[in-house]
Amino acid sequence: MERIPILRIGSLLLVTIQVDLYDDLALQLQDDLSTRIADLGATGVLIDISALEIVDSFIGRTLANIAAIARVLDAETVVVGMQPAVAITLVELGMSLPGIRTALNVDLGMEYLRQAATGGDGVGTDHYAE
Amino acid sequence: METVSEQIITRSEILPIRTQIDLVHVRQRVRTWLSEERFTLIDQTKIVTAASELARNALEHGGGGQMEMSLLAVGARKGIRLKFSDQGPGIADIAMALKDGYTTAGGMGLGLSGSKRLMSEFDIQSSPGAGTVVTVTRWK
Amino acid sequence: MIKLLKMMRDNQDRILTDWLDGLKASARRRDLIGDVEVKEHARKILTLISNPPPNTVLEDFSSEGWQTVRDQLMEISISRVAHGSSPSETAQFLLSLKPVMFQLIREQLTTAPDELFREIDVTNNFVDAMALHIAESYIQSRDKVIARQQEEMLELSTPVVMLWDGIVAIPVIGTLDSSRAQMVMESLLHAIVQTNSRFAIIDITGVPTVDTLVAQHLLKTITAARLMGAECILSGIRPQIAQTIVHLGITLSEVVTRSKLSDAFRLALERSGRTVVQKAGHAPVVAPVAGVS
Repeated sequence: MERIPILRIGSLLLVTIQVDLYDDLALQLQDDLSTRIADLGATGVLIDISALEIVDSFIGRTLANIAAIARVLDAETVVVGMQPAVAITLVELGMSLPGIRTALNVDLGMEYLRQAATGGDGVGTDHYAE
Repeated sequence: METVSEQIITRSEILPIRTQIDLVHVRQRVRTWLSEERFTLIDQTKIVTAASELARNALEHGGGGQMEMSLLAVGARKGIRLKFSDQGPGIADIAMALKDGYTTAGGMGLGLSGSKRLMSEFDIQSSPGAGTVVTVTRWK
Repeated sequence: MIKLLKMMRDNQDRILTDWLDGLKASARRRDLIGDVEVKEHARKILTLISNPPPNTVLEDFSSEGWQTVRDQLMEISISRVAHGSSPSETAQFLLSLKPVMFQLIREQLTTAPDELFREIDVTNNFVDAMALHIAESYIQSRDKVIARQQEEMLELSTPVVMLWDGIVAIPVIGTLDSSRAQMVMESLLHAIVQTNSRFAIIDITGVPTVDTLVAQHLLKTITAARLMGAECILSGIRPQIAQTIVHLGITLSEVVTRSKLSDAFRLALERSGRTVVQKAGHAPVVAPVAGVS
């Protein structure tokens, strides 16, 4: 069965989702990521969805699950490259992916994860302090 | 005197919804039709996403079913209609199911209400033991 | 019984000449549409009417056989709309065919009054049907032009400006209805991607009223931008608008707001790690323009 490749850059893991995510593939990805984060002691996970033209509630939940798993294993997650049409649709759908950090592209995402690892001020987008 | 234009179905296709791979096919096929009929990119995204949600509902809550896809024409206006039907347990309280974030054991959550927001027309027929039929339409 | 269509074919030149003469005599705005073009339109219509497919009768204008005539009328209406003719002038173009036809029929049927009446009746109804059709087509054509102009206006009125590296601003001017709000959202989001801007300022100084619907649209835009990785700042909120927002119970707690665009800009600069520094030795006066005594 195909798997989504996970790249390592330092203590960070990079995942690029380019294919239509079906159930088994999504579950496999969560599984693989959990293992890699733990093995590596990874401090951050970057998920690039710039190639995804459709993000439905299933993919939304998958991303949320990955972020939650990573958090438990003490790693930050950033989702980057969401397309405008996808963002507009998700808002209409009612999914705002709370608690998931997002960035415009891989560069900015990596910058954030590196700073987060060293305790610096974030570059990714998060909820403003009240 | 001209009579009111009636709805004409210019194209029609039925896709099975039995496995998770069928969900992928549904997305791809709807996308292909929409791109052939030149719907805008944003509309395409909304419609395919709605189709994905409703197809998934039919699979996970309805035990599988089918999607009937039709292209409509009313005068010069074009639209796409998607009809999702399953022979599943049906929905007892439709109003409740349409509330955002509603959950029953893994629930339809945003699928139903979200799809309603993404499309121009939404209709649902369902009752316990009689399966479910959700019909959505989006006009160009 | 004379065949009307045959009569038209046999007398096509005369009908055309008389028709054009009649048009010239009654035309008040000849400058709007050139004589050559009018002649061409008239000639085309006459030819099509005189030579329909077999079994086509004048009594039924809606039949398939007259499709070419209907298409031609649509083409003419498009041209008339473009030239600025009025709907009645466009219909009049066809109606003035009646006196010409009636005269001709009368000449051919002086001794058969019943038939005379029948033929005139058929001709009358046919020309009326054509006039109605061209009036309808005219309206359709005009609606299309208006729609296109509206679209162009929408695009023009939502420009996105780049204030600095990674900071874009969209000044919204005028009332925000559904379609404009959609346009604002799409323009802004695309600009964010294209310029890789982490910050987007939506300035609503030029928006006269904000109601629940407008607020919803703005919130959707801001949420979508956040999902993409950009932060929005809402600026240009006038005191009256602020009061309306509170009054309506709209919560903007998740939204960063500033009353002035300049404040929003300063905030964006700060949050992107920049400071504006006042340098010593700046000139407090405006330098004179060379060559002015």
